[in-house]
Amino acid sequence: MDGAEVISLIKKSLPDFSALLVSQDYRDEIYLKVSPQVFQATALALHKILSSPVMMLFALDERNSAGVFVINAVFVNSKEGQWIIVSMDLSQENPVFDSLAKSIHSASLFEREIWEMFGITPQGNPDLRRLNLHDEVWPKGNFPLRKDFKTMMPGDLGEYKFNRVEGGGVFEIPVGPVHAGIIGPGHFHFSVAGEPIVNLELRLGFTHRGVEKLFEGKSFFDALRLVECISGETAFAYSVAFATAAEKISGIVTLEKTAYLRGIFLELERMYNHVNDIGGIALDVGFSFPAAYAALIKEAILQLNERLTGNRYLKKVNLIGGLALDLDESKKCVLFDALKKIKNDFNELVKMLDSSVSFMDRVDTTGVLIKKTAQDLGIVGLVARASGIPTDLRKYFPGIYQEAKFKMIPAEGGDVLSRLRLRFFEFMESCRLIEEFTVKLGGSAETKVSAPAKPETSALGYVEGWRGPVLCYLKTDVHGLIARCKIVDASSHNWQGLTYAVLGNIIPDFPVCNKSFNLSYPGNDL
Amino acid sequence: MIYILKNRILKGIVTRNIDPFLARKTEIAGRELKSLIRKNFGRSLDLREVDTGSCGACESEIISANNPFYDLQRFGVNFVASPRHADALLVTGPVAKNMFLALQKTYQAMPEPKFVITCGDCALDGGLFKDSYYVCQAVKDILPVALHIPGCPPKPAVIIQQLLAFLKQKQV
Ligand code: SF4
Repeated sequence: MDGAEVISLIKKSLPDFSALLVSQDYRDEIYLKVSPQVFQATALALHKILSSPVMMLFALDERNSAGVFVINAVFVNSKEGQWIIVSMDLSQENPVFDSLAKSIHSASLFEREIWEMFGITPQGNPDLRRLNLHDEVWPKGNFPLRKDFKTMMPGDLGEYKFNRVEGGGVFEIPVGPVHAGIIGPGHFHFSVAGEPIVNLELRLGFTHRGVEKLFEGKSFFDALRLVECISGETAFAYSVAFATAAEKISGIVTLEKTAYLRGIFLELERMYNHVNDIGGIALDVGFSFPAAYAALIKEAILQLNERLTGNRYLKKVNLIGGLALDLDESKKCVLFDALKKIKNDFNELVKMLDSSVSFMDRVDTTGVLIKKTAQDLGIVGLVARASGIPTDLRKYFPGIYQEAKFKMIPAEGGDVLSRLRLRFFEFMESCRLIEEFTVKLGGSAETKVSAPAKPETSALGYVEGWRGPVLCYLKTDVHGLIARCKIVDASSHNWQGLTYAVLGNIIPDFPVCNKSFNLSYPGNDL
Repeated sequence: MIYILKNRILKGIVTRNIDPFLARKTEIAGRELKSLIRKNFGRSLDLREVDTGSCGACESEIISANNPFYDLQRFGVNFVASPRHADALLVTGPVAKNMFLALQKTYQAMPEPKFVITCGDCALDGGLFKDSYYVCQAVKDILPVALHIPGCPPKPAVIIQQLLAFLKQKQV
């Protein structure tokens, strides 16, 4: 699809639509600049036409260069493997825009973020409570992502108001931010009537470290190290998303081999996380033997990572333009050998879980997220697939996965069991993909191509990480350094799904529901 | 269940040879650790972990240290659910503003005597995040830190070795 086709599609629902500017700098990105008056209608039209949630919605402070704030909304055209970015300029004197959240739920959290970080008001958004900058510690009137923000100015503090459920027999259970286990911090506010949960409200942001501000003024090279430290167990996927954006900006066409190597490590990352979650699900219903078994498989994969790359979490493996290493024949043997053992062990694990009736009883029909709700919320990635939504960037964007005939089988149930089964399936599919990629891997001794970053250019990098899509929008300044880097993890979309999946379940089933989603705190909070 | 029991009887004990060299090293260090903990802590050293803004990889490695391969617990190191049961606090990540209070409260909830261990480069001085508007001072400026375990993230074997070295040094 090109720009003209997108416009004619939009015209079907908005007859007098016109864009201020249409451009397509890369095959997979179509950029539409529209006036603030039609931004909301355009976004709504694209949301319907493409049946895409708002994949990203973020602001840029361009008051210095153009005297405006810019708002970008990103939609995915999964049929043709393309991104459509709708953009508008807002005057700096009156930074206000019509909220999308009233019609598109998936825009809601993004708008709250824009509001707290930039002080731009999404007019009509029904819920403008802060997300990451907690009212108790961050004074009002400080907008850290504005370019002229230097340090925090003292001011009034506030208080966060939870939604209340009232009525006879309803009681509240606050949990967190420090939890009993070895996990990240988040606050869960349950309202319970008798046994079942009637409402769950999440308060996140505890691991907010101001990552987006830290990117400003960094070179790609330095930024890459930071990207890998945002969400540790997705380090490689983050680095790939960032590197693809940086490569587009620098005009780098990577070697064929780079795609295969990245594919191999992405799938290894998926495997160790999936098996970790499978073990976690078993553990959270008290089935500790398979959990220990899964922990061993995870350890085997982490040790394999280390033998192949020198790093258990695949940090410092990826570079802009390629990879820091290659897999020679002996490493390929190590990989094949280890995979064979891992596959055997994994089959045992699956049999163990499948043959336990009491385990199945705990996970079957627990924590159901129905397809309709998932669609309305704009759920993505693994959780969406488990609820019957066929969505996976590996399937829809051209590349090595399509050549390898990547199989995507969405589950139907939307319960813990579906998410578990999907992980079983994806783990084995990852094994197959790694084998296929490794066989195809060959070519020259070079591992990377380099070119300097172009100034004042932007691009979108993306990859399907193990949780779901990781998106990274990058824009450079006049010196070719980073002016804005916006990262969106699948978790940001999916945390809302958890609050619906647990409704009607009992509190003791919350851990297993939560584990079956296994969303990231630091990836969400940034 | 029947499947597991049948397997257990048919196959006997299955030891997995992931990395025999590393396993031996862990075993040796662990034995020594165990005897020190026996002497100094009345058989077990209980840790409470607090994430104050980590990326999650440090947690993942701490969990790995408890997997059947390293099995830190067999040497007497337990991870407990409540600070009230803990001898030491294990802190990961830079201290994000939102976690400052939670960190202090967790420390206050611990009974005396107590000490603090920081785990991972972020917890030392904020690491890559130290210049951020939302990161407080280093853990060591907030609480008395007795031991730092370096790495990004520190490998499970390193966690075990550092604990051992620390307790040994306390001996003299
Ligand atoms: S030290 Fe490294 S692994 Fe640990 S929290 Fe910091 S960035 Fe993550």
